[in-house]
Amino acid sequence: MSYFSNIYNGIKTLLTGMSVTGKYFLTSRKGAITQQYPDNRDTLKMFERFRGEVVMPHDENNEHQCTGCQKCELACPNGSIEIIWDRGIDETTGKKKKFIDKHIYHLGLCTMCGLCIEACPTDAIVWAPNFENSTYDRTQLTKVLNRPDSKVKAGIED
Amino acid sequence: MNISLNITETIQEWLIGMMPEGAASIVAMVAVALIYLIIFAVAGLYLVLLERRVAAWFQLRIGPNRVGPLGLLQTMADALKLVSKELTGTIKADKFLYNLAPYFVIVSSLMALAVFPFTKEFQAFDINIGIFFLIAISSVGVIGILLGGWSSNNKFALIGAMRSGVQTISYELSVGLSLLTMVVITGSLQLSEIVEVQKQGWLILQGHVPAIIAFMVYMIAGTAETNRAPFDMVEAESELGAGFHTEYSGMKFAYFFLAEFINMFIIAAVATTVFFGAWLSPFGITESIPWLGAFWFLGKTLVLVFLMMWFRWTFPRLRVDQLLTLEWKYLLPINLVNLVIMAIIVWLNLTIKF
Ligand code: SF4
Ligand code: SF4
Repeated sequence: MSYFSNIYNGIKTLLTGMSVTGKYFLTSRKGAITQQYPDNRDTLKMFERFRGEVVMPHDENNEHQCTGCQKCELACPNGSIEIIWDRGIDETTGKKKKFIDKHIYHLGLCTMCGLCIEACPTDAIVWAPNFENSTYDRTQLTKVLNRPDSKVKAGIED
Repeated sequence: MNISLNITETIQEWLIGMMPEGAASIVAMVAVALIYLIIFAVAGLYLVLLERRVAAWFQLRIGPNRVGPLGLLQTMADALKLVSKELTGTIKADKFLYNLAPYFVIVSSLMALAVFPFTKEFQAFDINIGIFFLIAISSVGVIGILLGGWSSNNKFALIGAMRSGVQTISYELSVGLSLLTMVVITGSLQLSEIVEVQKQGWLILQGHVPAIIAFMVYMIAGTAETNRAPFDMVEAESELGAGFHTEYSGMKFAYFFLAEFINMFIIAAVATTVFFGAWLSPFGITESIPWLGAFWFLGKTLVLVFLMMWFRWTFPRLRVDQLLTLEWKYLLPINLVNLVIMAIIVWLNLTIKF
């Protein structure tokens, strides 16, 4: 008798599958997930966890949170980050201290793995949702993340 | 032989005024052939577009919508592109068979179109063995597929072609038997007479339970006949590249592609004719306007085509052994029992007639 129950189950499961796709078919006009990209450039909003490029946010006083610890440089598996650092005198304490000169990020080498962002102890670098990164010149993909004349936010090292 | 060439007759009568009778009948035949060729080449292209839009909707996408208004010219553009492409081939291919194969496929599917009664008048060739002709013609196409696979000198193409052979030989049986089940009611193989019988109710209602079983078997076997998913092991992309047409390019590829879609239309059109009353309108609501028959015929056919697309985008592909189990252990026995039940029902006059 398993012969007939096989037929019954077969038909039942096929109809279940068809009802699922049928529902999708009926709701597809509202729920289409396709983005008609260049047309909706103005309204297109990337989702939160999208990995476009690594950026270093600066606040209104042109201060970032990078201490120059180089952990991101070490974490990067393919050497996309180079930190050029220097030592200077800390004004408040008068002691010698490490600070960054340039945080260089090679977007062309980056695989968007996110290890640098995980590694950073002070959350100085984050993901930005910008994906329109194509250029006509490779050198434009090498970016300096800290802005000129920016300095580290006070108290971030403590 | 009892052949009536309905639309050919009208054209012929018009031509006889201009030339001798023999020439007129030949010119009329050529004219009808050309009309069919143009209509169905375009219809095939639009079926491809329909398939792509429907597939997109099933997958929550949008589908082609750039070329022309609402993307309506997309497949035209694709066809133009394919025409302009180079015809490549493998070096050691059997050139003669290789070039012949696409024509087998496309010609056999276009031939089958001649017998459909689109309306009472619009039927090119009302042969008295209509159903038999259709079953016979639909299995000629597989020769083209086998030739194409064999002559390409490519092992994937050959495997694909052989699978197609296995599949078509098995499922031909179910298609034939399920149509025979319905012929038991009509008592005629001629398509125009089958339609005539259905004026007392579509056959799927007249034959009630066994007719519905026959219809289900027919749709499954028909989908397998056209080599479409879930029975598309012939061109299983994940295993065989593109299957039997891996080595074809340009227009020859387009013939295979077009033939697949015309075959889908044919399978749906046969179902429409045999089960759903061809050009008859439901309850005879538009009986006084004969040309609306074409609308009803195409409407019903498109619903069935949609059903096949629904199958394709829902079900996963079968394995070869599953395919054969389905045919030989399930469809065929069910079909034979069904045929006997139908015979008994007709014998005891249990059919529903209005
Ligand atoms: S995301 Fe990965 S590859 Fe890119 S800079 Fe960070 S660590 Fe290097
Ligand atoms: S970005 Fe973060 S990890 Fe990299 S040097 Fe600056 S503080 Fe250290």
